[in-house]
Amino acid sequence: MKRRDFLKATGATLLGSASSVAQARPNLEPAPEAVGMLFDSTLCVGCKACVSKCKEVNGMPPVIEGDAVQYDSARDLSGDTLNVIKLYQNGQANQKDQEVDGFCFEKRSCMHCVDPGCVSVCPVTALRRHPKTGIISYHVDACIGCRNCTMGCPYNVPQFEYDNPFGQIRKCEMCNQAGVERIDQGQMTGCAEACPTGATLFGTRNELLIEAKRRLTLKPGDIYNYPCGDVNHPDSWHEQEVAAYQPHIWGEKEAGGTNVLHLSAVPFDKLGMPPLPERSYASISEGVQHTLYSYLALPAAALVGLSYVVHRNTRDSEGDSDE
Amino acid sequence: MREPQTDFVTRRLGVSRRDFLKFCTGIAATMGLPGSAALSLADTIANSAQQKPVVIWLHGQECTGPTETLLRAEHPTLERLILDMISLEYHQTLDAGAGHHVEQAKEKAIAAHAGKYLLVIEGSIPTKDGGIYCKIADKTMLAHTQEAAEHAGAIIAFGSCASWGGIPSAGPNPTGAKGAYEVLPGKTVVNIPGCPPNPYNFLATVLHYVTFGTLPELDEKNRPKFAYGRLIHENCERRPHFDAGRFATEFGDEGHRQGWCLYKLGCKGPETYANCPAVEFNDVGGGTWPIGVGHPCFGCVEEGVGFTKPLFSLSTVKTHTPPNAFPTIEQRQGSVKMTGGAAALAGAAVGAVLGATGIAIAANKKTTSDTTESDS
Repeated sequence: MKRRDFLKATGATLLGSASSVAQARPNLEPAPEAVGMLFDSTLCVGCKACVSKCKEVNGMPPVIEGDAVQYDSARDLSGDTLNVIKLYQNGQANQKDQEVDGFCFEKRSCMHCVDPGCVSVCPVTALRRHPKTGIISYHVDACIGCRNCTMGCPYNVPQFEYDNPFGQIRKCEMCNQAGVERIDQGQMTGCAEACPTGATLFGTRNELLIEAKRRLTLKPGDIYNYPCGDVNHPDSWHEQEVAAYQPHIWGEKEAGGTNVLHLSAVPFDKLGMPPLPERSYASISEGVQHTLYSYLALPAAALVGLSYVVHRNTRDSEGDSDE
Repeated sequence: MREPQTDFVTRRLGVSRRDFLKFCTGIAATMGLPGSAALSLADTIANSAQQKPVVIWLHGQECTGPTETLLRAEHPTLERLILDMISLEYHQTLDAGAGHHVEQAKEKAIAAHAGKYLLVIEGSIPTKDGGIYCKIADKTMLAHTQEAAEHAGAIIAFGSCASWGGIPSAGPNPTGAKGAYEVLPGKTVVNIPGCPPNPYNFLATVLHYVTFGTLPELDEKNRPKFAYGRLIHENCERRPHFDAGRFATEFGDEGHRQGWCLYKLGCKGPETYANCPAVEFNDVGGGTWPIGVGHPCFGCVEEGVGFTKPLFSLSTVKTHTPPNAFPTIEQRQGSVKMTGGAAALAGAAVGAVLGATGIAIAANKKTTSDTTESDS
């Protein structure tokens, strides 16, 4: 084989694999009975009942900063915080749900992606998507501590316990991890149960999408009876004036969609949501990698190339000795 | 400032000088005025006990709550002081006389003190069908109000009914009940709402008028700012529980017994402007006000809240500025303190690295010297 032929062959192989990237797997579909939550920022009054309930359910200590020991002062998600209420404010910050000179609250917790990046990048099976409920769960017995998942998540959700010598990954598992299992017992998540205004609403992804779409059709200023707790059988209702929603349900399509949906009157990029395409990163990267390694094509090509180089060098040296 | 001449008060009312000055200081403090203002108040009261500003007091559709609350102002001998301090020319509940006799007295007082007297209106004013649903001495309350307001020096609407309609104006409002300011266009009506209103907000406003000749600073709904400038939510003693997400969810539950926030039980504190948590009621201390004794605020002072919103429905949280203790969108969790175990492990790792380096250096030296020796 000539050098030219080798390069041609290698190029063809690479081209073949590159063209087959376009045919890589599509986004995963939502789990058939996917459970999720709808966070409506226009309803959130910033009471942090969800934060304190989350800590109670998950047995996590408050994050104490300075001498303010009477408050949980968690700044962001961490090994001790799976759910946190953050504040958007601009200028005078005197009008709720207003982008300029306004403020609003935003919930940060696992979005439970339909096509999760953390599950895709996990080299073992420590992170799994439940086939029926779609809940992304963590299994410490499988985890090798590589922390790829903390990089693979667009929302900065999986957190490693850096302060613990035997640290593990901590993330929201929809209150359904072993020992808690609220969903399996027919209960809702702790945060949805504690929320006084229905800003965090529990339900199946389909029901929540219907509810979210209904809210987007409402006229700002009208009175709407907001359900609290579980959208399927609310434990109370809450009459409130409809805010001027952004015409966008975050999580309907972002990177393949999420089971936790967000609604807001302030644009989502102002609330720290990353710009995401509809195509999930997991489907692209898995497409590339699985194509490269399918039928051992790339290793085979590399082997052929190496064999040729070795063969040529050997021949040359033999020729030298002949001379 | 010269010493207030309190002899007259002492003699006439049987109030000790000490008690009298204490009362004045308390009133000044309610309005957020400095100590010197208390002396000014004392001086005015002592003098006005001789001059006696005239007060005409009208009752419309109401339960006499504002008069009752004023009688229950608990400072010693307060009611005697306030009732003797002013010349109460006409008050339907307290007047000893009745019928044409008192009506005549009222008309005389209005004519004699035109432009100077203080008009206090208590109760809403029915306007439907010409206002026939509340009549006194064969004249509608509407006519009484407009006549008395015509020559008044200042007008105070005392209680929610007079301020914005109160209970009588609640749906379906069969009598067309309205607040005083609605039937007195063009007049400044100071509103002191509440059901019942806090007597000290009234006393402080009246004394401010009597002392300085002007009304205290008012908000856009003509309520004195010193009393209605802040949300109940801002000064509530249960506020830390709201901020920490601890709520009573039903009466008598664990959270309710612990004194947690009553927001989930329908407390209207987050949308009601009043000084209840600061002043409380009945002067007995110990958290004697609705939220203090475990019942959610009803929003009685606030138009569109009290008697309008359902008692246990959630209120709209009107926070002016969001709490600065909340993390912003961009903030990340700072590095946390290292635990003992982690420190030990890290220490061991550092020790191992140092030890290995030391051995390596020693070995390297030895090798080098060996090489040097063999070379030579």
